[in-house]
Amino acid sequence: MSTIKHKNNSPPLIRMSQVSKFFGKFQVLKRISLDVKLGEKMVICGPSGASKSILIRCINQLESHQQGKIYINGTELDDSSSSAKLVRQNVGMVFQNFNLFPHLTVLENLTLGPIRARKFSKADAQDVAMRYLERVKIPEQAYKYPRQLSGGQQQRVAIARSLCMEPKIMLFDEPTSALDPEMINEVLEVMSELADNGMTMICVTHEMAFARRVADTMVFMDHGKILEKGSAEIFFESPKSERCKAFLKKIQRY
Amino acid sequence: MWVHRKFVGFSKVRIICLIIAVLLLSGCSDQWGWYVVNPSTESGRDNLYFLLSGFYYTILLSLTAISISIITGLLIALLGLSDNKFLRTVNRTYVEIVRSVPVLVLILWVYYGLPQLADIQINVFWAGVLALALSDSAFEAEIFRAGVQSVNKGQYEAAKSVGLSYLDTMRYVILPQAVRRILPALGNQLVYMLKMSSLVSVIGMPELTRKANELVVVEYRSLEIYTILVLEYLVLILIVSSAVRWLERRWKN
Repeated sequence: MSTIKHKNNSPPLIRMSQVSKFFGKFQVLKRISLDVKLGEKMVICGPSGASKSILIRCINQLESHQQGKIYINGTELDDSSSSAKLVRQNVGMVFQNFNLFPHLTVLENLTLGPIRARKFSKADAQDVAMRYLERVKIPEQAYKYPRQLSGGQQQRVAIARSLCMEPKIMLFDEPTSALDPEMINEVLEVMSELADNGMTMICVTHEMAFARRVADTMVFMDHGKILEKGSAEIFFESPKSERCKAFLKKIQRY
Repeated sequence: MWVHRKFVGFSKVRIICLIIAVLLLSGCSDQWGWYVVNPSTESGRDNLYFLLSGFYYTILLSLTAISISIITGLLIALLGLSDNKFLRTVNRTYVEIVRSVPVLVLILWVYYGLPQLADIQINVFWAGVLALALSDSAFEAEIFRAGVQSVNKGQYEAAKSVGLSYLDTMRYVILPQAVRRILPALGNQLVYMLKMSSLVSVIGMPELTRKANELVVVEYRSLEIYTILVLEYLVLILIVSSAVRWLERRWKN
């Protein structure tokens, strides 16, 4: 498979090297290093306040970092506009609160990025949008406004909106945390399908069943540090650190 | 909700009818001389037409001024929302200075002062427009700033994540949401502008107030003529405020 070839030869899609971030004097990320290869699915978990979200928000430059380096496709990120372009072309993001544009229809939500940033014609953008709406299984909602949809549907629209930019890697920031329990599965299903189709993904989530099914690599964070990182099987069967054991035990009790 | 709005609409019409009825009935008393605007006489018709013709400049002046002040206000607001400290200072200075000058003083200064200072010719209309727009732009700037700041931070992040530039983010994502929220405030400013336009009468702009003043000088019937003037503004502003409310309702969907 092509993914295996890439794993050996090309640079990692994302590389974070000794990345630190501070809010004033308070250090929220402590020398984070990680690599994500093309096609890899990484799940980041950990207690709240562990800075999991901040970590992935650094990757698409929603947060700035003060020390260390982040590379996308081998190019280091900085403040330049070419960096911003690199992020936009490679990285899609799905937020906990969907962040759909409430004044636009579902279809307009999806076509805005392609039309303005990728210079697609309206017709082309709509074609792409409909294709991804079908992929998240709600093409019939194209002409509704976000508030007319359920939470699960809104999050699927948000996933489709990101996919319309045809990114190489998708970041998920607790995508099911704001959803009613009965809607979580429809979103996880869409994400699993994406994973099965070879999308590179980094997910911050507490859905451990999903993590077991999808993740290649598990990362456990606490207090801005990566405490454990490794293949999913080893992580779930024999976590090394006490902190991680305790965390897994707690969230998997029921 | 719907019933409530309907009720407000009715009661407003009723109040206006009541006011007009009282004014007309009071014509029976000795103090009133409605003949100056009696439409069944030739001179009354002329006077009435003279007064009503003031609507043209009142409306033209206010609409021109508010259009300019909305655009200027938006630009000033964007300075205030910038990350650059210098630009924010420019915004604060502009707003603080302009807001502290009374509109009437600004009108006098622009009409009598500015031509000397800048060595230009300025006619009454554009002096009025400039003074009103200048004064109003500071308020518009504050309204826009509040509106933009009220939009959730997640909207900027989502716009950035689908690759929109700052200007596109403002134009397609933030401002459309902000404008819907500040529409009532913008409507207030338009009403305020229509009323402030009466001050431009002091430099000789032939709008509603100036026309009334001129007629009073000729006819010496200040009570009747100024009463008509009150009614003129009342009707104009009630129409404008219901139009704004209609727009608000339409945009809610």
